[in-house]
Amino acid sequence: MKNKKYFVSGDDAVAIGTRLARPQVISAYPITPQTIVVERLSEMVEDGSLKAEFMHVESEHSAMSAAMGVSSVGARAFTATSSQGLLYMAEGLHYASGGRYPIVMMNANRSVALPWSIFGDLRDSLSQLDSGWIQVYVEDAQEALDMMIQAYKIAEHKKVLTPFMVNLDGFVLTHTYEEVSVPEQSEVDEFLPTFTTPNKMDEEEPKNMGFSTTPADNMEFKYQQHKAMMDSLDIIQEVDKEYGDRFGRYYNGLIDTYMCDDAEIVLVTVGSVTGTARIVVDKMRKEGKKVGLLKLRYMRPFPEKEVNEVLKDKAVIGVLDKDISFGFEGTIFTNVNSSLSRLNKKPASYNFVAGMGGRDISKQNIEEMYNNLLDAKNGKEIERVKFINMGVKIDG
Amino acid sequence: MDNSIKRINAKNITDKEYFYGHKACAGCGGSLAVRLALKVLGDRTYSVLPAGCMSAVGFIYPQMAFTRNAIISTFPGSASMASGVSVGNKALGKKDTHTVVFAGDGGTADIGLQALSGAIDRDDKLIYICYDNEAYMNTGIQKSGLTPFGTKTTTTPAGKNIHGSTTQKKNMFEIVAAHDIKYAATASVGYYQDFINKVNKAKQVDGTSYIHVFASCPTGWGSATETAISIAKDAVDCGLIYLAEYENGEFKLNRNPKEFKPVKDYLFQQARFKHLTDEDIDVIIAARDKKWKRMRDKWQ
Repeated sequence: MKNKKYFVSGDDAVAIGTRLARPQVISAYPITPQTIVVERLSEMVEDGSLKAEFMHVESEHSAMSAAMGVSSVGARAFTATSSQGLLYMAEGLHYASGGRYPIVMMNANRSVALPWSIFGDLRDSLSQLDSGWIQVYVEDAQEALDMMIQAYKIAEHKKVLTPFMVNLDGFVLTHTYEEVSVPEQSEVDEFLPTFTTPNKMDEEEPKNMGFSTTPADNMEFKYQQHKAMMDSLDIIQEVDKEYGDRFGRYYNGLIDTYMCDDAEIVLVTVGSVTGTARIVVDKMRKEGKKVGLLKLRYMRPFPEKEVNEVLKDKAVIGVLDKDISFGFEGTIFTNVNSSLSRLNKKPASYNFVAGMGGRDISKQNIEEMYNNLLDAKNGKEIERVKFINMGVKIDG
Repeated sequence: MDNSIKRINAKNITDKEYFYGHKACAGCGGSLAVRLALKVLGDRTYSVLPAGCMSAVGFIYPQMAFTRNAIISTFPGSASMASGVSVGNKALGKKDTHTVVFAGDGGTADIGLQALSGAIDRDDKLIYICYDNEAYMNTGIQKSGLTPFGTKTTTTPAGKNIHGSTTQKKNMFEIVAAHDIKYAATASVGYYQDFINKVNKAKQVDGTSYIHVFASCPTGWGSATETAISIAKDAVDCGLIYLAEYENGEFKLNRNPKEFKPVKDYLFQQARFKHLTDEDIDVIIAARDKKWKRMRDKWQ
């Protein structure tokens, strides 16, 4: 590729990808560790490299509310948030998906108070799985940059018209530096044309939007929302392929796999920890252990078919969750299990809860998970939901 | 402000209806304010309404009551959504459009205050009209920050121990003016020509403007439907509601009567005030007089 390369942080990469997607209005509110994204975008607006209106809103609730206003007249909207900010705009998340506004938002995954923590886990975005947004989780800065561009293409697709959340692990991705390849603006413009939609207010065809329904109509609207999200499963794969054909980087659509074909046990991961897990797989493979890795890229729509195809013949699988749904298990685990329940013979499945509130997940931790799964495969009884790398023993 | 703008009155106001076939109660002052304001603002107007009476009666799928563009926002987000509509249209290169918010007193003075403050701070081009019927009427007459002292609502019962609402109205007009907004005004549907003039003025503003219009509510107030206009006039004439403007950094009283009509005559037309004692009314009059003294001293 002759594209220019830059050494930038994950947040910078998001800002660069966003600039290339040419949003017309950015509604911005600061929150760690997202803030650098809107700082960079404000600089791009100032220096003229991004032609957009920059709105200094007074809260995340208004950031989403303004983005909906922008989208309701057919302009391309961008915003970014994290953690408490995502929760503060939760009303708007449901509202935006119900209104079918294809807003794109970057979310820096961060723990949710209390206790306060600015560090990373997935409890913010996973708590909003049911808000009707497409949710993708990226592994590195390059994927972040590329997904900002893909996100608009998918969200604005006529069959989809659904808002899109690009999730990056707080600090681990937002604040670490990597080399990224930056596509040419002209090529991105060809890939992602100007936003057009019939779902807008304008003078030629006035509309009343955001209306109320009675029980006679409400379910039909919700069904259409669901259908659009289900339809997006194909669109996501098409767009990823087209992106790869044009820019040379493919992300394998909904999921990615590593050494899964002949694996006896597979660990399912989301986001940046996948990189660490690959190294562990390499080490264990050298030791002759048949382990594999499944990277879930999308949590909504959930790639049931793809996940089941990879895991159907495995004896034992594990799911790594940087999250816990108090009183049950990790949310990703619940989703994977639900998917696997459609198989005639479901693999035995185990949950590893790790990395909450920014705690490191080391190679040793991941090796421990694999070894636990191997134990289970060899008939040993192991915990169904295991907290990894706990500093203190809580239950006596 | 440009004084050469064409005056709109009962004779030349458009016959076009922009808010039509809605399901508001008989004698609703809020729906009258929306109807008149849209006639002044015209075809190229985008209306944004949060949860509240006017959105509840205007957007029941599939019967849409706004004949031009309109949208319901979240309850706290009317000003920020209107900002988005206005800035979005600007980004698309559209000119000569108007964006107007119609929000109730709760949607403005309570849950929507933060977003309104943000919009005024950015000076986004929009007109924010608060129709003030002095309680959360759509949810069934609960106290808001703009419910006056002594009002019986479903959350401020009038009993032996407490005689309705124990607090005075928030001073929205001056809160807005404190942002040094380009144009703000108070109005009453009882003085509809004055309201029309103020909407016409706000229409010319290149930035944020605010109109606080007192709007009668027979259902919430327990008043006769045919008094919708007269009761909103009485409120002004007895001095509990005042007509004023803020522009170029200056306050101006538009009506400054030498003598107020009796407060009791206004209050006792309404079931919500029937329980008030003479002492309660003295509190109401004392607050009114203090307010007027300050306005007359400082705003003239």
